[in-house]
Amino acid sequence: MTKQTNRKTMTRRELLSRTAAVGTLVVFGGGIVAAPDGAWATEVTTISEHEMATLIQMARDIYPHDKVGDEYYVTAVKGYDSEGSITMVSEGVAALDAMAKAAGANSYIETKWEDNRVDLLKQIEDGGFFQAIRGGLVTGLYNQKDVWPIFGYEGESFSKGGYLHRGFDDINWL
Amino acid sequence: MAKFELNDGDVVVVIGTGAGGGVLSNELAQKGVKVVALEAGGRYLPEDYVNDEWDSFGQLAWTDARTTSGDWRVSKDFSGLPAWIVKAVGGSTTHWAGASLRFQDHELRAKTEYGDVEGANLLDWPITLADLEPYYTKAEDKLGVTRTGGRPGLPGNNNYKVFEKGAKALGYKEVHTGRMAVNSTDYDDRAICQQTGFCFQGCKWGAKWSSAYTDIPRGEATGNMEVREKSHVARILHDDTGKVTGVEYFDPDGNLQMQKARVVCVAGNSFESPRMLLNSASSMFPDGLANSSGMVGKNYMRHMTGSVYALFDQPVKMWRGTTMAGIIQDESRHDPSRGFVGGYEMETLSLGLPFMAAFLNPGAWGRGFTTALDGYENMAGMWIVGEDMPQESNRVTLNMDVKDQHGLPVANVHFSDHPNDIAMREHAYQQGQAVYEAVGATRVMPTPPYPSTHNLGTNRMSAKAQDGVVNKWGQTHDIENLFVSDGSQFTTGASENPTLTIVALAIRQADRIADEIAKGNL
Ligand SMILES: Cc1cc2nc3c(=O)[nH]c(=O)nc-3n(C[C@H](O)[C@H](O)[C@H](O)COP(=O)(O)OP(=O)(O)OC[C@H]3O[C@@H](n4cnc5c(N)ncnc54)[C@H](O)[C@@H]3O)c2cc1C
Ligand code: SF4
Repeated sequence: MTKQTNRKTMTRRELLSRTAAVGTLVVFGGGIVAAPDGAWATEVTTISEHEMATLIQMARDIYPHDKVGDEYYVTAVKGYDSEGSITMVSEGVAALDAMAKAAGANSYIETKWEDNRVDLLKQIEDGGFFQAIRGGLVTGLYNQKDVWPIFGYEGESFSKGGYLHRGFDDINWL
Repeated sequence: MAKFELNDGDVVVVIGTGAGGGVLSNELAQKGVKVVALEAGGRYLPEDYVNDEWDSFGQLAWTDARTTSGDWRVSKDFSGLPAWIVKAVGGSTTHWAGASLRFQDHELRAKTEYGDVEGANLLDWPITLADLEPYYTKAEDKLGVTRTGGRPGLPGNNNYKVFEKGAKALGYKEVHTGRMAVNSTDYDDRAICQQTGFCFQGCKWGAKWSSAYTDIPRGEATGNMEVREKSHVARILHDDTGKVTGVEYFDPDGNLQMQKARVVCVAGNSFESPRMLLNSASSMFPDGLANSSGMVGKNYMRHMTGSVYALFDQPVKMWRGTTMAGIIQDESRHDPSRGFVGGYEMETLSLGLPFMAAFLNPGAWGRGFTTALDGYENMAGMWIVGEDMPQESNRVTLNMDVKDQHGLPVANVHFSDHPNDIAMREHAYQQGQAVYEAVGATRVMPTPPYPSTHNLGTNRMSAKAQDGVVNKWGQTHDIENLFVSDGSQFTTGASENPTLTIVALAIRQADRIADEIAKGNL
């Protein structure tokens, strides 16, 4: 089962016209999950758009950083769009959605407040699905070099000659 | 570099090339003793090291299988990774931060000084500070330790400045940038520290001492020492008089080889050293080699550790500069009025963002955790390291159900804190938090111990054969030509980082072995 859509040929208007907006994400048919403003979009080939959208939202709810854009969370969970993850993801998402329904929403991603979604996650936090997603994010999210500058972390410094002449002791507020 | 024959029974075989094995091999080679050093890991030098926490971990860390048990949190959060140590030529001296402190006199007499501590298996060392002092001086000169031998201290980085200000505000007196095996001036053909950070990832400037690019090449240059890398020792062999005769090891192609030896010195760090002795069990020694006391693998110590990180309303950028050049020593004393025996040090520490995410509060999630990381740029940090109690039940055993890539049973590491460890950690958390609160911290975070970096005690030194595995020379009580040359010899842990003492003991042991060989006793 391969769903192919060439997102590069899709205009922002087309994107929005085909929107099924859920929470802060947008789910299309045709294998696309995107930001409502078209800032990013990702394609799924193995798991469903809804499942990918749920993983992205879960990632953000587990490690919420308001200054970190969705695209980094997408990168962190993209690997679950693979044969090996189908069962874990579909069962995990279905269970989460069932809990959301019991709590009065349509699904996990349509549960509007982060606090309410977190309440749902707390019910599954000792389970294998949650632990796999959370554990994977520790490196999947925080080891993305592009994320580091958002936190001020400067990464590699040897090629710049270290900080001996670049502010290793430049603190000025003490 | 020398090349010795497998059946050359004249060589001393040293297993492991870290702080203990690397130094011992070179010291022996300098004295004209023939040495074959067998190292399970590959060879990496400053040009190979990477300024990237996870990539470096992948390059250098020991990730062969191990298992864990006991109620320490590491066993839950990092069940297959009880220790964060290295498998490479140079061992954990590639990772280490360089803090180099002498033990104190009273710490070598823990049993006498602390008295009976329930549940603790305390013992006095069979050596005194006076025995060690000349070797400490040699070790400090070898490592180029700052603030010793006339070498100046390192400059303080941002993380240190925050730490120092808080410490002084609390009235602490012994506060400085540490005694570090990191060059504050050009010394011994090594460069001056460039304050790059990434000391844990291997120093690309060679400013930090590591046996990988000092003792090992110097030993090789004598023509008396051969290092065989990617050579994993499986077992130590003996004859029917009970003397060891050589070792069996897997060569880089995975083939089993046998190297003969006149003396075998075990320096594989405190999990692998007892594991090798236990895996060498025979009909003559059914409980493993050198284990008549039953102490091989027991009394595992890892120091009472923890960290305190703090957030401020302004930037600190703690990752810039040396990772650990900062210390408060005032709490490193025996003063039972604090509610525990022994003492602890506070030392500056920083982790990069990737490791901070993994270690700040393993398993935690949600905004309580992420808002702390949001403040990463404004964070300062320290490590606390104190004396933990030896307990017989904290031990390394063979896990017969789990085999490594060579089919050998792996080490299981069982550890639970002693009440004294817990009381000391509570005190240290409180003092660490107070240090940062004194500089206006907006949030402080007592952070649990990481996978162990200091691993000690599993072949301990004792005056009497029934109390431990080795005598005051690191020679096993049971087998005269079998030695232990790493941190597993430690009788107790003291509050200081262990490596200077491992190096001092290795230099001392080399003198002894060379002497005994010259006298025809070995
Ligand atoms: C991140 C970090 C920071 C540290 N900072 C400090 C510090 O600031 N100050 C301090 O005093 N200490 C510090 N330490 C601790 C220090 O690194 C160790 O105490 C020291 O290196 C231990 O020396 P060792 O000889 O016992 O073992 P290691 O240095 O670990 O060497 C053991 C070697 O034996 C090899 N080996 C094991 N089994 C076998 C086998 N079967 N066959 C062949 N080879 C084998 C291993 O591959 C390894 O290379 C730090 C450690 C880490 C990880
Ligand atoms: S800070 Fe200094 S000691 Fe540490 S890695 Fe950089 S140059 Fe080496």
